[in-house]
Amino acid sequence: MRSVKKAVSMGVYAVCMGLLLECSVFAESTQQAVQSGAGSGWWIWPVLLFIVTFVMGIGAVLGGVGGGVLFVPIISGFFPFHLDFVRGAGLLVALAGALAAGPGLLKMNLASLRLAMPVALIASAFSIVGAMVGLALPTKIVQIALGCTILGICVLMLAAKKSEFPEVEKPDWISAALQMNGIYQEVTTGQIVHWKIHRTWQGLLIFIAVGLMAGMFGLGAGWANVPILNLLMGAPLKISVATSKFLLSITDTSAAWIYLNNGCVIPLIVVPSLVGIMLGSFVGVRLLRIAKPTVVRWIVIGMLGFAGLKALHKGLFG
Amino acid sequence: MTNDNEASLSARPEQVVYANILEKGMLLGLILVVLTYVIYVLGFIKPFVSMEDIVTSWTMNVHDYLHKLHIEPGWAWLSRVGYGDFLNFVGIALLAGVTMVCFISVIPVLWRQKDRLYALLAFLEVVILGLAASGILGAGGH
Repeated sequence: MRSVKKAVSMGVYAVCMGLLLECSVFAESTQQAVQSGAGSGWWIWPVLLFIVTFVMGIGAVLGGVGGGVLFVPIISGFFPFHLDFVRGAGLLVALAGALAAGPGLLKMNLASLRLAMPVALIASAFSIVGAMVGLALPTKIVQIALGCTILGICVLMLAAKKSEFPEVEKPDWISAALQMNGIYQEVTTGQIVHWKIHRTWQGLLIFIAVGLMAGMFGLGAGWANVPILNLLMGAPLKISVATSKFLLSITDTSAAWIYLNNGCVIPLIVVPSLVGIMLGSFVGVRLLRIAKPTVVRWIVIGMLGFAGLKALHKGLFG
Repeated sequence: MTNDNEASLSARPEQVVYANILEKGMLLGLILVVLTYVIYVLGFIKPFVSMEDIVTSWTMNVHDYLHKLHIEPGWAWLSRVGYGDFLNFVGIALLAGVTMVCFISVIPVLWRQKDRLYALLAFLEVVILGLAASGILGAGGH
């Protein structure tokens, strides 16, 4: 039975890889046809984008990853759009998702404004720097750096553990001075959790790098926010995940403005992607009950790895 | 004791204010984004740049793209909001701008609670977001 399940998983994985490759070939041939004036109409692109990002949205929820971290590597790897426009779209896609989730998480007191604000100040300032550097660097260098970053994210996703309630003996002086603490009720057990954090200045320093990368590559930063908040700073897992999602709405806003003001936003790319991923996430949440998250997570990590290798290849030989 | 626990389990006032404004702004922004996009792709309002020109140009880097299609960066889109393509930027700008509005709104709430430090942090965040939105920070291009 186990070997049958394994075979089915491998089969689904192979189909997903095949679909991605098909998409890439189709997109390249369609772009060539359009360039020669002899091919499909412009409308095929929004439709294709919507379908791909819809599937991406489902995969992101089931795989426990952010839509933003999937968008840039997959779209830049398999669609003909220049990386400048993909990054602009990626930031807006991640931003829209965070804006949609933010109000509910704040009202439920799972996302903490007190935890987020000092972190957001650092991350948003440096995401501006990252966006400016990313737009100034030659595309090949950004492509190579993106490929390496995506492969690093895959390793992090495979290796990183999670801690539901990290042990924090006492808050450090920064978090105590800023009162970066809170209280919430764990719904599954009814337990009331008083949380506090430590290693705050180390976390803030790392958020400099997170902001830089988010701005430079147009990625959402959830893949980094959660381990830093949870494993390093000691916030409970639910608080870390919720605050990370909310944090994206601030970090990505500042970088998105830089891309917007530099002309890197094409509505024909942004809007179907945004709608596709949000609808896909909506469906993904409903499928969560019946899907096997572990299997989907492996598929998502595999697709991300493939996209990372493609980005690296594009940067080195493209 | 139970009432104290319930009170402390609830979100803080500034968090509720932030969430309420974020929710309204986000919904309005999303509705505008979808509506203006439908107007654009169905051709109800003529675009500044044709779809075909966009599709043949989006493989270029942003500098060459803007040059070829005679598009000015920054807030110049405001002067062209009568065109179907630039109309989309209204909803996009609203989505990008709602966070700043939220932070501006929580400053007086924090100040009234005598939480001067977080009021200052909120103000600094408004400055950072305002700087990003202003268009002052150019990138130079490739």
